[in-house]
Amino acid sequence: MTQEFLITILATAITAGTPILYAALGELLAERCGILNLGVEGMMLVGAVTGFVFAVRSNDPWVGVLAAMLGGGALALVHAFLTVTLQANQVVSGLALTLFGTGLSGFIGKPYIGIPVENAFKPVTLGFLSDIPVLGPVFFHHDPLVYVTYILVPVLWFFIYYTRPGLHLRAVGENPAAADSLGVSVYRVRYLYVTLGGMLAGVGGAYLSLAYAPTWLENMTAGRGWIAVALVIFAIWNPLRAMLGSYIFGGIDALGFRAQAMGVMIPSFFLKMLPYIFTILVLIMVTRKAMANRVGAPGALGLPYDREER
Amino acid sequence: MTADFLVEMKQITKRFPGVLANDRVDLQVKRGEILALLGENGSGKSTLMSILSGLYRPDAGEIYVEGRKVTFKSPREAIDAGIGMVHQHFKQVDTFSVAENIILGSKEAKFLLKAGKVEKEIEELSRGYGLQVDPTAKIWQLSIAERQRVEIVKMLYRGSKLLILDEPTAVLTPQEARELFQVIRQMTARGQSIILITHKLNEVMEVADRVTVLRSGVAVATRERQQVNQRELARLMMGQDIIVPSKKNPGQFGQEVLKLESATADSDSRRPGLKDISLTVRQGEILGIAGIAGNGRRELAEVIAGLRPLSKGKILIGGKDVTNLSPLEIIEEGVSYIPEDRLGSGLVPNLGAVDNLILKEYRRPGLGRGPFINRRKAGEFAARLIQDVGVKVTGLEVPVKKLSGGNLQRLLLARELASSPKVIVAVYPVRGLDIAASEAVHKMLLEQRSKGAAIVLISEDLEELLKLSDHIGVLYKGRLMGILPVEEAEPEKIGLMMLGAQPGEVMAS
Ligand SMILES: Nc1ncnc2c1ncn2[C@@H]1O[C@H](COP(=O)(O)OP(=O)(O)OP(=O)(O)O)[C@@H](O)[C@H]1O
Ligand SMILES: [Mg+2]
Repeated sequence: MTQEFLITILATAITAGTPILYAALGELLAERCGILNLGVEGMMLVGAVTGFVFAVRSNDPWVGVLAAMLGGGALALVHAFLTVTLQANQVVSGLALTLFGTGLSGFIGKPYIGIPVENAFKPVTLGFLSDIPVLGPVFFHHDPLVYVTYILVPVLWFFIYYTRPGLHLRAVGENPAAADSLGVSVYRVRYLYVTLGGMLAGVGGAYLSLAYAPTWLENMTAGRGWIAVALVIFAIWNPLRAMLGSYIFGGIDALGFRAQAMGVMIPSFFLKMLPYIFTILVLIMVTRKAMANRVGAPGALGLPYDREER
Repeated sequence: MTADFLVEMKQITKRFPGVLANDRVDLQVKRGEILALLGENGSGKSTLMSILSGLYRPDAGEIYVEGRKVTFKSPREAIDAGIGMVHQHFKQVDTFSVAENIILGSKEAKFLLKAGKVEKEIEELSRGYGLQVDPTAKIWQLSIAERQRVEIVKMLYRGSKLLILDEPTAVLTPQEARELFQVIRQMTARGQSIILITHKLNEVMEVADRVTVLRSGVAVATRERQQVNQRELARLMMGQDIIVPSKKNPGQFGQEVLKLESATADSDSRRPGLKDISLTVRQGEILGIAGIAGNGRRELAEVIAGLRPLSKGKILIGGKDVTNLSPLEIIEEGVSYIPEDRLGSGLVPNLGAVDNLILKEYRRPGLGRGPFINRRKAGEFAARLIQDVGVKVTGLEVPVKKLSGGNLQRLLLARELASSPKVIVAVYPVRGLDIAASEAVHKMLLEQRSKGAAIVLISEDLEELLKLSDHIGVLYKGRLMGILPVEEAEPEKIGLMMLGAQPGEVMAS
């Protein structure tokens, strides 16, 4: 009983954490190149709705995911244009994006409220992997989008720390003038990763509407975009830690649900608060430690770059 | 004809909002020569070279490399054409290792970063030129001289045919400067060309083959080194004869103002910090502090300014114990601090001259009342200071980061000296300044001395210390090796103390 319970909680932690993980990876990429994008919530919502609409229309969830990437990416591209080319304030632009994305998704999704997706993502097993005791049911009884993150996270981690384009990405985020003086195109790098980041946020949204709770509800992200932004800090801009953080958040989220289902007498709004409170606590702890170790935000995070400025 | 030159710039013009930084400048560089580019602060040296290295785009004019016309759209294109520049403010990623900084953007590295291989290449390359760098060290752990070597190696790694050094010696000790000159002579021996930006006449005479002089954005002359002397260069550079250096009056020492008793403090990194420092400075006295970088000079300044806590010992100002008070309380005790890092901790880069100048004074009645600031009065106050010290600004509200180095320093001094401080801590106050500006700064410091300020002057320039100080103390590994009256402080002796000798030993030998 307790082992089974634990397995369910852990497995749910992963499903609940995955949409946040996608969004956090996206935000991580954007911030690594120096652009703060507070539009994650908006991009996720747009991803969720476009993903849902296209999945319903085409009856293929993968088409939905593709559409969600395009939707999230398009929004991020606007952010890149405003903040990189026009050098607008990144916070303001990001907030505007969230407001815009929220409104737009509500508008597009109106006719789709309450409609089911026939072909939502379903858990698939992976042969012998899924048969391993404990680990199998926890990690390998999920839908394909979860498996994608198992590959994506280590690949991104390796990419950022051990490849040439990863080095350029980090350099642009730390000191764009240094990168520029050696021929790394700051504009190109920033456009690229901000847009990629938006695409990932879009997938995160689509995960909600096509796998986690296969339906469209207005505002269905419920603040997950903001959690993703916070998690990037917890992660100290490292994808592996982002994964861990997402799962911790997902776990507490899942625990709250279970507790409620089992009739534990804790007010439900408190349970809903729990993951957020926990995130804040973790943030405070981690940031203090990171400061002591001289690892922290990319040096140029939030700053526009202009070559002739000094 | 043109192919005789490695690089030729013709009629280069560059305008910034409100300033004509380069006005139809011509410049030629031959293969294998060291060309000095001489000019006062703000004369447009850095701008001209930033154009040559592809960072800025000229408004007009042409550039030829080996006889072919080029237009650089980015620094990358200049690097590809064999032109590399070491900027006045190093362009490095502090959190990266030396190797990562060097291979950044290089075509050598393919998709994977092979750290081991690159590190070996860098070590071989740097050894070949006698430029010692540890490829695995992180930039933030390095001293300024080491960081400069990294910048040079970075350009050598890209096979630069022309290396531009923007005031490289401004941040070096005399020994380090000599080492650098050795390196660049070696490079010219291999056929590479060097442009050395400087405003130090003796450097021109020491290493340059030819010199081009800029004044107010105009190239006023180009000469062979053999055919000029310092006097003529000074006249070309400033449009007037060499300034007679200000003379120090004999000291009139009053009461003890600043007193450190066994002051001990930590440092940020691997450096030693401060150990057991005791010293006193009286009214009207300048105490010069010599020492090689990394031996506690900066820590000493920060301790007195209240920016670094003491772990042991005491600081007294006018007899009052001020140990570990907040910087604001220290300021209120009458301490002024002129830090080495002007744009980082001295001034606020994005604010205009007015806001920067009132940063310390806004609490004073007249400028401010309660939470309010009287902008009109503030403007008048700033304008007066600016006129007093002769800062050239394009506007009172233009962000100060646009000012040239010399003007920044004057602005900072104007603010710090405006309040007639009791104690002044000045760290490298003339670093990067031209002759006229240095002289102005020295005069301002000597004036404060006659007014009775107690001054701690930290400098890497022994000549400056000998000229201004009444006493000279030498720091080595965080300890004070001794304090000598300036009459007894021969350069040789100080030099040995900087390397760890006790004053007694030196005299015996
Ligand atoms: N990016 C910029 N934006 C606006 N003005 C600038 C910029 N760069 C330089 N200037 C102005 O152009 C003029 C020339 O500056 P420059 O930095 O080339 O002088 P410099 O000869 O290198 O002086 P220093 O010896 O102080 O380094 C100065 O008046 C400076 O204020
Ligand atoms: Mg300059």
